[in-house]
Amino acid sequence: MFRRLSRWAIALPVALALAGLSGCGSGRPATSSASAPASAAGGAEEVTVFAAASLTGTFTELGKTFEAAHPGTTVKFNFGSSATLAQQITQGAPADVFAAASPATMKTVTDASLAGSPTTFVRNKLQIALPKDNPAKVDELKDLADPKVKVALCAEQVPCGAAAVKALDAAGLKITPVTLEQDVKATLTKVELGEVDAALVYTTDVIASGGKVTGIAFPEADQAINDYPIATLAKAPAGDLARQFVDLVLSPQGRDVLTKAGFEAP
Amino acid sequence: MSSSVPEQVDLPGPPRGSGGRPAASREVSGRPPWMLVLPAVVGLAFLVLPLAGLLIRAPWSTLPQRLAEPQVLEALRLSLVCATVATAVCLLLGVPLAWLLARVSFPGRRLVRALVTVPLVLPPVVGGVALLLVLGRRGLVGQWLEATFGVTLPFTTMGVIVAEAFVAMPFLVISVEGALRGADQRFEEAAATLGASRWTVFRRVTLPLIMPGVAAGAVLCWARALGEFGATITFAGNFPGTTRTMPLAVYLALETDPEAAIVLSLVLLAVSVIILASLRDRWANTP
Repeated sequence: MFRRLSRWAIALPVALALAGLSGCGSGRPATSSASAPASAAGGAEEVTVFAAASLTGTFTELGKTFEAAHPGTTVKFNFGSSATLAQQITQGAPADVFAAASPATMKTVTDASLAGSPTTFVRNKLQIALPKDNPAKVDELKDLADPKVKVALCAEQVPCGAAAVKALDAAGLKITPVTLEQDVKATLTKVELGEVDAALVYTTDVIASGGKVTGIAFPEADQAINDYPIATLAKAPAGDLARQFVDLVLSPQGRDVLTKAGFEAP
Repeated sequence: MSSSVPEQVDLPGPPRGSGGRPAASREVSGRPPWMLVLPAVVGLAFLVLPLAGLLIRAPWSTLPQRLAEPQVLEALRLSLVCATVATAVCLLLGVPLAWLLARVSFPGRRLVRALVTVPLVLPPVVGGVALLLVLGRRGLVGQWLEATFGVTLPFTTMGVIVAEAFVAMPFLVISVEGALRGADQRFEEAAATLGASRWTVFRRVTLPLIMPGVAAGAVLCWARALGEFGATITFAGNFPGTTRTMPLAVYLALETDPEAAIVLSLVLLAVSVIILASLRDRWANTP
């Protein structure tokens, strides 16, 4: 039985991995003889960017722009919770650029003198996210305090949760959520699937959901605006390229991509 | 087991005294070959060193006050209850499933056997999403559950149990099926010729025969359920007291306070090791 089992257990991941690889491989042009020595010289043609999960869409797009402007360069991304990324960096992960979803997470990296001075490049505001059919008939923030309304919030330990607490405090509301999610995407998923009646997520997440959820802006969100800092890392293996990537993010072109996704200019 | 091995391979110490009591001692005499010992030691180090890392980094001075926090005990209690109930559910459903796979031939059995292992291959978070799509408030079955019984599983302790059972059941099914295939079927045949029904044979002959396999499977299943994170947080959510089990508490603590995360991990580890070790002596009874 185990032999037959292991055949399945091996075949499936291998098939999936092959499917994934073929998708990545097809886009890469054959390396020209001119650029080959440069990449062999020590992998300087690669920029590794650690970025908050909420930047996934915009930074992937900016990465493609950067690669087009710097032929032969690849931008590698590690998207995740800002706190996890900060921890990976302080534990020695080889990153060139760090873009965090909160000044606090950036601070753990700058405190360890691992990064240059960070620049705030965008800000993000909370919105109420509702399933398309709005089953609990939520119109405004105070509706979330109704015990019959199932609400998902981010856990207080992650930036979107800290922002939610601030906004609810500003509104003087006490809410008992059914769940405290570990990141904003998980919170959004609960709304998309209709498992909760409402959630507090970022404006950008509402836009990124592509119409699967409805977003309602609320005035108290202004009390809980999240600043996103970006910095090159002190030991950046890619050096100049890292700075150039940050420049692109801060450029009008970068700003344009980011505001289209719902971010606000700082 | 095969007696031809010493003739083919030049073992340093061929078994002397012509296999005296094979039943009493299962160990092969002679110096163990380094080709096995070396990778075994490396393997052990690989498994144990991360644990040593946790122990070295643990904030021993603040340990007692961190452990006294009510949230820790709450999460631990929830973890133990959910893992135990999930294991019971797996035993109730998994043992019959394993029996079916091992003893009844039906068309598509190989496919079914492969399907049973799907939760092993599936990333747990994907498993959690899949559970939501079926048992969630708008899921295929969940919709009906809510309309008929007013029951919703997500964000409840029941939901944690469902998620854990889903992820852990394959471990039980695979070990029990292995035990069933290894068990001597002549005992079952003898019982049947003496007039026992198939149910009686299963209850009085098969089950006692495969008990060590069932116990081993249950232990694996319990351990997997205890450490379950991805499917739980996706399907059942995360709220203190109802769905926040230890692994979820560890993950959240990691966001702000890595030392607290280490403490919680150690508590989970210590409790599970103590329980497994005591069970092994009393119940599984394997040397």
